[in-house]
Amino acid sequence: MHMHKFEKIWLIFGIGALVVFLSVVGVSAFYLGNKPPSCLTTIDPEKVDTQAPFDKPGLNKVEGKEWDYELVYVASAFSYNPTEVEVPLGAKVKVMATTKDVIHGFQVAGTNINMMLEPGYINEIVTTFDKEGEYLVVCNEYCGTGHHLMSSKIKVVK
Amino acid sequence: MSSQTTKLKVDPRDGKLAMAHFYVAFIALTLGGLMGLLQTLVRSGKFELPWGIDYYQILTVHGVLMGLVLTTFFIMGFQYAAISRTAGTHSPAARRIGWIGFWVMTVGTIMAATMVLLKEASVLYTFYAPLKAHWIFYLGMTFVVIGSWLDGAAQIMTYARWRRENPGKPSPLLSFMAIINTVMWIVASLGVAATVLFQLLPWSLGLVDTVDVLVSRTLFWYFGHPLVYFWLLPAYMCWYAIIPKIIGGKIFSDSLARLSFILFLLFSIPVGFHHQLTEPGIDPAWKFLQVILTFMVIIPSLMTAFSLFATFERFGRSKGATGLFGWFKVLPWKDARFTVPFIGMASFIPAGAGGIINASNQMNQVVHNTIWVTGHFHLTAATSVVLTFFGITFWLVPHLTGRVLTKAMNKLAIIQGWVWFIGMAFMSGAMHFQGLLGGPRRSAYSTYGDSAQAMEWIPYQIAQAVGGSILFLGIILMIIIFVNLAFFAPKGEEEFPVGEAENLDEKAPMIFENWKLWLGITAALILFAYTIPFIDMIQNAPPGSPGFKTWGSW
Repeated sequence: MHMHKFEKIWLIFGIGALVVFLSVVGVSAFYLGNKPPSCLTTIDPEKVDTQAPFDKPGLNKVEGKEWDYELVYVASAFSYNPTEVEVPLGAKVKVMATTKDVIHGFQVAGTNINMMLEPGYINEIVTTFDKEGEYLVVCNEYCGTGHHLMSSKIKVVK
Repeated sequence: MSSQTTKLKVDPRDGKLAMAHFYVAFIALTLGGLMGLLQTLVRSGKFELPWGIDYYQILTVHGVLMGLVLTTFFIMGFQYAAISRTAGTHSPAARRIGWIGFWVMTVGTIMAATMVLLKEASVLYTFYAPLKAHWIFYLGMTFVVIGSWLDGAAQIMTYARWRRENPGKPSPLLSFMAIINTVMWIVASLGVAATVLFQLLPWSLGLVDTVDVLVSRTLFWYFGHPLVYFWLLPAYMCWYAIIPKIIGGKIFSDSLARLSFILFLLFSIPVGFHHQLTEPGIDPAWKFLQVILTFMVIIPSLMTAFSLFATFERFGRSKGATGLFGWFKVLPWKDARFTVPFIGMASFIPAGAGGIINASNQMNQVVHNTIWVTGHFHLTAATSVVLTFFGITFWLVPHLTGRVLTKAMNKLAIIQGWVWFIGMAFMSGAMHFQGLLGGPRRSAYSTYGDSAQAMEWIPYQIAQAVGGSILFLGIILMIIIFVNLAFFAPKGEEEFPVGEAENLDEKAPMIFENWKLWLGITAALILFAYTIPFIDMIQNAPPGSPGFKTWGSW
């Protein structure tokens, strides 16, 4: 099987580019801590309301952790609890969420916060809110008739 | 060579079965296209659906018809004809199995469609548990998959016969490619068959109370990514092995074409996690491993791009074209059989780049489940793949019906291709931009309580409605062309073009036909990528989920 010289050059260049892409992504994920949301903790979807931290949805100050606050959400068709929250500018926040019924999405528009909420699992992401403003939280996984009405609000304030 | 391989015409008995597939495919295109138009109109905020029809109901119809019915029927019809043309007329036994497959798929489609129309299955074409549809919907989907296996079995039988009759020879390129795609499809659809048969059917019938959501999704995406390669490979068959003949050139390299198809078989399947990157319950190391495997599939795509443009350039230079890009001008732009698939090919450059972004591990968070993704697969599937399928239709349908593509139809076909391109540029372009701003996919019109961010999305949604309307015009043109070619075009002989390799002395290595080897590596890669995370999922499973019906009834 013969391969043209130009095709070899093209493939070496292409595969080289792939190696660079993967290295950048890999270093960012595993050394700089930008892994995609992949929480492994499970929860009984029928007992969400009685279990910590989901018995206290909203912004909770925490001590002695790498983050200053925990922002806890409970999703169910077709709303998030809380529906609105104020976060101090510059706060390092662990966003934790789960669902009581079907699969929902959790995306804070205009940020990199975007994760799937699946019954039985908690999902979480640590982030710093470093820009003032009002952010829309939308459900971006189809969950039923009211899917496009399911939203919440995060106000980042000084 | 045996007379079968040089037979220029598909046997009319085989043609009839291929045409049966195409009728269903084009009915699906018409109805699915109408649903797509309605969706873009609803989301523009200027139009509401009448008679209590639900947005998510028509979204389900659109996804099922376009993603599963149009594609599967067209592909099976095309591959069945391509094997008949290159490996010889199918035996009566193979043809009978093909017909049974066709009817099983059709009955399955009708079962699923009925449940969607009755509002018993507004679960979209991905039917993620714990949304629970009527069991007849799941059974219908099972029939579509089983029917496609029978269709595939007919193709494999004819390929096997050719191999028996021609020991030691590499099989005809188009047949080889079709069989790779069929084998990939069968291996991949085992995943969706497993979740439907062992999880969703018993659960929707009430035999079990709960379902393991993550296992079901993982089995779905084990199938869901090779599904898109199942759509793409027939387009690659056309680009590699048919387009060279249409333009009057040669296939750049028969062996490299086969090698790229084998790489697609190996690397299309063990990669489903890149659709689950933002999900809980899967270790990030396993996600990243599948990201690496996903990127492997870019290599055969780069090979394909090289081969195609090498064919074009060599053809152009043989016509006396000079300069770096002189060959581009002498390509047969007035031939719809070339131009329309070429628009598809060119669209695959931005489409593929977008795909790399989507699969880039944490970068997926920027676009996951935003309408960017919808824009992405309307470039890959709904432009690259579909325009190539249209390009195939322009000669294959008249070939099978004993008619010809007239000059007038050829012209209309070229117009159709450009109408599609313009409509898609608006629609897919606007989807990409809106997605980067955070606009979600699969959502009806909403201002989210007049949120400032959501208001920014609305102009893009209007642009999508403009694009969607232009695309629907394209679908009307395509239906006119299809009906003409199937029933009204003048009688005659339309060629089934099959390209020849530039270097006929270079025989493809027989190792490419060693199915034990390739299936073995395929299985090994799948086991490597999935075994440990799958065991983790089952061992650490949360309590199962009961079913939910979160959509309204009639």
